[in-house]
Amino acid sequence: MPSVLVVDGVGKCFTRYRSEWDRVLGWFGLGRAPIEERWVLQDISFRVDRGEAVALIGANGAGKSTLLKIITGTTRASVGQVVVNGQVSALLELGLGFNPELTGRQNALHLLSMRGVYGDRAEALVQEVEAFAEIGEYFDQPLRVYSSGMQVRVAFSVATAIRPEVLIVDEALSVGDAYFVHKSFERIRSFRETGTTLLFVSHDPSAVRTLCDRAILLEQGRVAMEGEPSEVLDFYNARVAEKEKSSIRVGRSAEGVASTRSGSGEAAFVGVELVDTEGQPVAIARVGDELQLRVTVDVAGLIPALVFGFMIRDRTGQSVFGTNTHHTGQVLQAPEAGSRWRFDVRLPVHLGPGSYSISVALHADDTHLSANYEWWDLAVVFQVVNLAHPTFVGCAWIQTEIQARPMTLGLERVV
Amino acid sequence: MNAAALARGVWQYRGFVSSAVRSEFRSRYARSRIGLAWMVLHPLFLVAIFTVVLSEVLAARMPGIDNVFGFAAYLLVGIMAWSLFAELTQRLSTVFIDNASLLKKLSVPRASLPMITFCSVAVTHLILLLVLLVALPLLGFAPTLHWFWLPLLFAVTAAFALGLGVLLGTLNVFMRDVGQVLGVVLQLGFWMTPIVYHPTMLPAALEPWLVLNPMATLVVAYHNVLLFGAAPGMGVAVLALLALGLNFLAWFMFRRAAADVVDAL
Repeated sequence: MPSVLVVDGVGKCFTRYRSEWDRVLGWFGLGRAPIEERWVLQDISFRVDRGEAVALIGANGAGKSTLLKIITGTTRASVGQVVVNGQVSALLELGLGFNPELTGRQNALHLLSMRGVYGDRAEALVQEVEAFAEIGEYFDQPLRVYSSGMQVRVAFSVATAIRPEVLIVDEALSVGDAYFVHKSFERIRSFRETGTTLLFVSHDPSAVRTLCDRAILLEQGRVAMEGEPSEVLDFYNARVAEKEKSSIRVGRSAEGVASTRSGSGEAAFVGVELVDTEGQPVAIARVGDELQLRVTVDVAGLIPALVFGFMIRDRTGQSVFGTNTHHTGQVLQAPEAGSRWRFDVRLPVHLGPGSYSISVALHADDTHLSANYEWWDLAVVFQVVNLAHPTFVGCAWIQTEIQARPMTLGLERVV
Repeated sequence: MNAAALARGVWQYRGFVSSAVRSEFRSRYARSRIGLAWMVLHPLFLVAIFTVVLSEVLAARMPGIDNVFGFAAYLLVGIMAWSLFAELTQRLSTVFIDNASLLKKLSVPRASLPMITFCSVAVTHLILLLVLLVALPLLGFAPTLHWFWLPLLFAVTAAFALGLGVLLGTLNVFMRDVGQVLGVVLQLGFWMTPIVYHPTMLPAALEPWLVLNPMATLVVAYHNVLLFGAAPGMGVAVLALLALGLNFLAWFMFRRAAADVVDAL
């Protein structure tokens, strides 16, 4: 099958000159060489076949955006070359090039002209854009009266009005409400069926696994790994975990990671720590590990009762699990002012891979609403990786078992 | 240099250029009741105000013109020519900076951007020129055959400003002081050009130096053609060559800088 996209030895170098005049003279073949060359991309080579879906993953600053810019043609490679057989369309930032004073129709026509489509063909395409965006009579009103969702609808419809040979999709892209998200993914899928190649930029493992045939991991401007999405993702996650460990340690030494603490202060946290069975602090946990949340509290003033609570949240802030000593029947009645307390929470890691945080709270009742002594968001941040268990998705580790056995009619009858 | 390829690229995207120019005017006059009529009303008011103030209120006279509207006409012609040059140069000097987000995120045909600015300024200017051509006979300056020099003067002025603007616009991406300096130089240039005065009103020591100011040559030519019924001097021919050279240099630099422009924005 012919390759639609060939990236061959591409490198990108940002240069700094002693004086900008040297740069200008350089255009005429004169002047001094740059004093600094910073290679943000080096030696990138890969090919993508027609109809393939490839994920591009990598941490921020790994060079993903620069590579995409080179592929879309907004910037040029310093060395190497990119060959695209067909039109490239990028869904990176929707709504760029829109003029708020013009109507949806006028904006659509203008954006089409930017791609070299005019006249009758543009008129016909705009009709399709109008039908796909489904924003009714708003289409003939100026963009400034649109809701952001409507703008996104028009922007997506225009950007995908022509089926491109290569479609670049940024995961961070928001395409509006659930209905339209569904509709736009349907369109992307139908493009793929008719041969469009998909280049997908994402951090979301499940999206990469379900959508893509192949993944390319960029690290510090180089291709660190290329292969099956699952393999590449596992490798990437392990790398991220390594890094987070060190950053957490740094954060701790500099008096805690960025977090918010609030409350009246009659009782306060002295220390919150996530430790393993040997009492060592943990930043990376493996699925199934046995951990302990170790909390030290000082009671400073006269309080009627002390309740300790905690909440585990996933990276989006969604609650995963939380409880407090009121619910467990362990309320401390009238603790002495000046006393110090220790709460140890047994915490088996029955969580899916990902990043989690623990918020802790001290209050008088079953909720923190009546008397809130202290509330500490993101008191602990930790990472869960899955190394030992079969791959699974989701935030909960439920030890399911699957039994597979052949079934015959005879057996059925006996049962 | 591949001038032909550049021109072909611009021609290929003519639809984008015209669409962008139309969008610009549409959005400039959006939400105004009479909309595009302002494009004609602005120059009309300019001519009317200058004429009334200079002839009735200040009663200024121009040496060598025996007409109450003489000074107003002289000033209007000068401003018309100067504003084409100044506005074009100024706007082109920031054309890449102003379109930074487009250049960085979308693959727009780069060479079209100066063309959009050029066309939009040219349209505004041509309306002013037309209004002036209608007004001049009313002010007592009957049309002469010398008016046929106008397209040439327009072409030379516009080409000169286009070359200078693209050159400065490219440099401005890397050295932002260029834009600031240009603002000051244009201020100075306005007074170094015989717009509000007649060259003969200058001190004798200064007058010969006017030759070094290309815009002085052009503005004098406009005055000659429109008001004094005389042909433009040979200086305009020299300027035409200069403008051609400037354009070659500017577009050559633009091509060479293209790789760096997006990175520097």
